[in-house]
Amino acid sequence: MAYSFDFSSLLDYTPVLVDGVATTVALTAVSTVLGVALGIGGAAARTSSVKPLAVVVGAYVELIRNTPFLVQLFFIFFGLPSLGIRLAEWQAAVLAMVINLGAYSTEIIRAGIEATPKGQIEAGASLGMTGPQIFRYVVLGPAMAKIWPALTSQIVIVMLGSSVCSQIAAEELSFAANFIQSRNFRPFEVYFLATALYLALAVGLRWIFSLMGQRMFAKGVSRA
Amino acid sequence: MSPVNTSATVRPLVKLSAIRKSFGPVEVLKGVDMAVEEGQVVAMIGRSGSGKSTLLRSINGLERIDGGVIEVDGECVDPGQIDLRALRQKVGMVFQQFNLFPHLTAGENVMLALKVVKKQDKAATRAAAESALAKVGLGHKFDAYPSQLSGGQQQRVAIARSLAMAPKVLLCDEITSALDPELVAEVLGVVRKLAEEGMTLILVTHEMRFAREVCDRLVFMHGGRIAEQGPPAKLFDRPSTPELAQFIGMVEAR
Amino acid sequence: MLNFTLWDILSNLLLAARWTVLLSLIAFVSGGVAGLLLLVARVSPVPPLRIAAKLFIEVFQGTPLLMQLFIVFFALPLIGIETSAWTSAAVALTLFTAAYLAEIWRGCVEAVPKGQWEASASLAMTFPEQMRHVILPQALRIAVPPTVGFSVQVVKGTAVTSIIGFVEVTKAGTMITNATFQPFLVYGLVGLIYFALCYPLSLSAKALERKLNVAR
Ligand SMILES: Nc1ncnc2c1ncn2[C@@H]1O[C@H](COP(=O)(O)OP(=O)(O)OP(=O)(O)O)[C@@H](O)[C@H]1O
Ligand SMILES: [Mg+2]
Repeated sequence: MAYSFDFSSLLDYTPVLVDGVATTVALTAVSTVLGVALGIGGAAARTSSVKPLAVVVGAYVELIRNTPFLVQLFFIFFGLPSLGIRLAEWQAAVLAMVINLGAYSTEIIRAGIEATPKGQIEAGASLGMTGPQIFRYVVLGPAMAKIWPALTSQIVIVMLGSSVCSQIAAEELSFAANFIQSRNFRPFEVYFLATALYLALAVGLRWIFSLMGQRMFAKGVSRA
Repeated sequence: MSPVNTSATVRPLVKLSAIRKSFGPVEVLKGVDMAVEEGQVVAMIGRSGSGKSTLLRSINGLERIDGGVIEVDGECVDPGQIDLRALRQKVGMVFQQFNLFPHLTAGENVMLALKVVKKQDKAATRAAAESALAKVGLGHKFDAYPSQLSGGQQQRVAIARSLAMAPKVLLCDEITSALDPELVAEVLGVVRKLAEEGMTLILVTHEMRFAREVCDRLVFMHGGRIAEQGPPAKLFDRPSTPELAQFIGMVEAR
Repeated sequence: MLNFTLWDILSNLLLAARWTVLLSLIAFVSGGVAGLLLLVARVSPVPPLRIAAKLFIEVFQGTPLLMQLFIVFFALPLIGIETSAWTSAAVALTLFTAAYLAEIWRGCVEAVPKGQWEASASLAMTFPEQMRHVILPQALRIAVPPTVGFSVQVVKGTAVTSIIGFVEVTKAGTMITNATFQPFLVYGLVGLIYFALCYPLSLSAKALERKLNVAR
C-alpha cells in the first residue's frame, strides 16, 4: 500500500470550494425559508376543516416523503420541460428542496399543532378570534417551539441531501468536489475535504438554529 | 430481638468507615461510620435530603463513594478497586418503585439472576424461585406479569427476587412509600418475618411504629452525618440531639 | 430500439427495481447488525467506546450519503480492497443505516426507566447481561415502529448509489430516458415504483406505533 495522501494540491482550488460552499449555503437558506413557509401553510391546510384541502395536502406529503429526493429532482429538472416548464439548474434545485422540505415540515409542524391543548383554542375562540387568528396568534408559536429540534434535524437533512444537486450540474459543494477531482485526480482527498466541509456546515446549521430557537422561544414557553 | 450473637468480638457484616460522597459541589455524605452485625435489623431515619438513600446505595455500589471504606462480609470495597459482582451477590436491594422487569413474569423475574449470574441449572432456579415466591406469599402468582399484580404484590415479588440470590444483607429503601396505604401492611409483614428469621436488614423507612417494633437499632441521619443512633426505644423516648427531637415531633404531628 | 411501449419501459424499470430491493435489504440487515453493535458501544460504561460510537454517529448523520459513497468508493482501493459500485454501495449504505439505527435505538434504550438498570445491577448482573436480558427486550419493543419507519429512508437512500454507477431503478431510469427521451414518463414511473415500495412501510410504521400507544 504505497498511497501517499496529498492535500496540498487542493489549495489551488480554494476559490472553487468557496463557491461551492456558498452555493450550498444559499440553496439551503432559500429553500429553508420557502420550505418552512410551505410547511406552515401545509400544516394549516392539513389541520383545517376543509376536507378536500386536507386530503390534497396529505397526498402531497405522502408522495414526497415516500420517494427519493434525487428522483424528485430529476423529475423537476428533466421531466417538467415536457410540460413546457424549463428551469435553470439552481431553480430546479431550489424548487425540489422547497417541495421536499415543505412536505416534511408540514408533517412536523402538524404534529406540533395537534399537541396544542384544546383549552387554548377555546380560550382564543371565546375572545372572539377567528380561526386563522387563533392559528396565527395562539397555536403556531408554541407549536413551532415544540417542534424546533425536529425541524432543525430535517433542515440539516435537506442541506446534506442537496449534495445530489450536482447531478443536474447545480454548482454546489459536491459539484465543486467532482470538478476538482476531475482535474487533480485526487478523489479521496477531495471528497474527504468536501465531507469535512459538509460536517462543518451541519454543525454550524444546528448551532444557528439552536441560537434562533433560544431567542424566539425563550420567553414563556417551557420545553417539555 | 435478633437471635444471633451480638457480642462486640464478632466482626461486623457491614462496616462503613468515613464514607464521603459528593454530587458536584454538594457534599451529601460527610464521613459516615456504621457497623451492622449479622442478623441485625437497622432502620435509618431522617429528613428528606439527609443522605439516607445515598448511603444505602453506596453499600451495593450503585453510588460510587469519594472516600472511606465499605466492607461487606470481608469483601473490601474501596472507591478505587471494586469487585461489584462479588459485592452485589452478598447485598440485595429492594427499591421504592419495585423495579420489576415488566417483560418477565414474577417467576422469571426471580429466576433471571439465578440463571445468568449464579449459573444455576433450570431445575434449581425454578425450585429457588418457587420457594422465594412462596415465602412472600405469592407462590400462586408465578406466571403473572408485573402489570397484573397490585403494588403490594409487586413489591413482594421484588423482595423474593432479592432473597432468591441468598444475600447476606438486604437493603430496603422506603419500600412502602409508593404503596397505597392499605397495601403497606402486607409488605411490612414480609419484612417483619424476614427479621424474625434472622435476616440482616438495613431499612430506610418512614414507618416509625414499624421501626420501633422490629428494629434492633435506629440510625438518625442529619445533614450527611449520623447524628444519633441506638435502640429505638431510647431514641424515641429520650432523643439526645435537638434535631432528632424535632424530627420525632414532626413525624408524630403527622 | 426506437419504439418503446409503456410496458417496455415499465418492465425494464421493474427488473432494475429488484436491485433496489436487494440493496435495501442488505443495507438494512447488515446496518441493523452493525447498528446494534454501535448502540451497545454508545451506551456502554466504557468511555472510549462511548465516545468513538458517538463520533461515528455524528459524522454519518452530519455528512451527505453521497459523500460517504464517494469516500468508500475511493477509499476501499486505498486499503487494498477491490471495489465495485455494488460493494461500495452496500458498504456505505450499511454504515449510514447503522449510524441512524443506533441513534434511534439509543432513544429507545434511554426510554427504559433508570430503575431497570439499578435493579438488574443490584442483582449483580454485568453490563452485557443487563443489556441482553433486561434493557434490550424492553427497548426493542418500542423500537419497532421507528425502525420500520427508518427502512423508508434506506430504500430512498439506495437512489443515491445510482450516482456511483450502481444500476438500480434510478440509474435504469436515467439510462431509459437517454434512449427514449421521455423523462417525464420515465421519472414519473420511477417515482411511483419507489412510492409502491415505501408507502406500505410508512403505513405499517404508523400502524405499529398506534398499536404500541394503545398497548401502553
Ligand atoms: N444523582 C444525584 N445527583 C445530584 N444530587 C443528588 C443525586 N442523588 C441525590 N442527590 C442529592 O443528595 C442529597 C441526599 O439525597 P438522598 O436521596 O440520599 O436523600 P434521602 O435522605 O434519601 O431523602 P428522601 O427522604 O427524600 O429520600 C439530596 O440533596 C439530593 O438532592
Ligand atoms: Mg431517599
